Amino acid sequence: MTLDTNLEHVTSASELDELIKSNENVMVCCGRMGPMCVPVYAAMESLRDSGDYDSVVFKDMLFDHPEAAVIRSLPECATFRGLPFTIYYKNGKVAKATSSIQDEDQVASILKEVY
Amino acid sequence: MDSYDTLIIGAGPAGLTAGIYLSRARQNVLILDSGSGGGQVTLTHAVANYPGTGETFGYKLASEMKKQAVGFGCKVLTNQKIRSMELEADKKIIRTEKGDYSGKTVIIAAGGRPRTLGIDSEKKFQGTGISYCATCDGDFFTDEDIIVVGGGNSALEEAVSLTQYAKSVTIVHQFDHFQGYPHAINAAEENPKITFMMESLVDDFLGEETLTAARIRDKESGETTELSITGAFILIGYVPGSEPFSGVIELNGRGEIVTDEDMSTNLKGVFAAGDIRAKKFRQITTAVSDGTIAALNAMEFMYGADPDKI
Repeated sequence: MTLDTNLEHVTSASELDELIKSNENVMVCCGRMGPMCVPVYAAMESLRDSGDYDSVVFKDMLFDHPEAAVIRSLPECATFRGLPFTIYYKNGKVAKATSSIQDEDQVASILKEVY
Repeated sequence: MDSYDTLIIGAGPAGLTAGIYLSRARQNVLILDSGSGGGQVTLTHAVANYPGTGETFGYKLASEMKKQAVGFGCKVLTNQKIRSMELEADKKIIRTEKGDYSGKTVIIAAGGRPRTLGIDSEKKFQGTGISYCATCDGDFFTDEDIIVVGGGNSALEEAVSLTQYAKSVTIVHQFDHFQGYPHAINAAEENPKITFMMESLVDDFLGEETLTAARIRDKESGETTELSITGAFILIGYVPGSEPFSGVIELNGRGEIVTDEDMSTNLKGVFAAGDIRAKKFRQITTAVSDGTIAALNAMEFMYGADPDKI
């Protein structure tokens, strides 16, 4: 399976590492093309395209990719039992992580809180 | 204020179909969606009964419909929460948090959303034990004890599907009988991993960071049982997204918009289509049918019944 979204995909742990080192604000949604994940990707695309969050890099990553262990094994995700895992990185560190579906308002609210 | 021929509320299959028909007829059409668009079909993993597509993903079907509508010139705006509306006059006005829009006709196709139990702890454990999608989250509960709340086809079929992961599945249902088809009931009853708690309600979900138990009450005796579980799948149907229209348009006791067979509501020039309206069957195909009928009748309302103009 691949992620059929209009977001740029992260495909390796090293790429993610480089991404969060070189960008202050990074949001990564790690999921599948499932019913709980698709609305989150759509919300991210909409927020990215709104121009209100130009300081944030929006990316996704396939949950089942072996390299996605970098997200699946985060301590912040230890209790998560619902896709997608959505991680908000600030200055290279996890500032917030959520599990399961989020709508655009919820994502926007976290972006305002974290960034 | 931006003016259009038709304002469509909701970008699911009904709204997008109406948008396709109207914009293809060179009407100036705006679709407003309170979320990210696509409707409940995006919450469906696989769609196998929509004619002509074979088996496809729900999100893909919705995405294709949107692409088709936009391709004909339809404008789609997402995350538009309605603040107020004036639908009785000839010029109909809808105000959202992001802008004001007017139209000669309005088609309400705002759909529905999964019904929740409405107890405080349900929200707390969403993503850490409580789920609304067995296909998405079933594998997080491998070899664990879980419950499925509900008694319709979705609940029964998903309970059977979850037995491929879970150690045990308890179906908790408020009535003494199921609402599903006989084959779905049989499949659940014949599965050795599934047990039943009939005429029972979930009063509370318990746990610290993750779900560890559910408090279940027998409706008849009032006795409560604390069932040790790590997962709960809530599959108790849908509610119409008609709250913004309460007091504005005629709704029935279930909160669905009342229409005639032309999809006309009690207000002139205002139509309703899809899952938000009162009807028996809620399928993608029936939503598409409703959207078509609403669009053609909106055209007839604006231009009369001359088929050359439609």
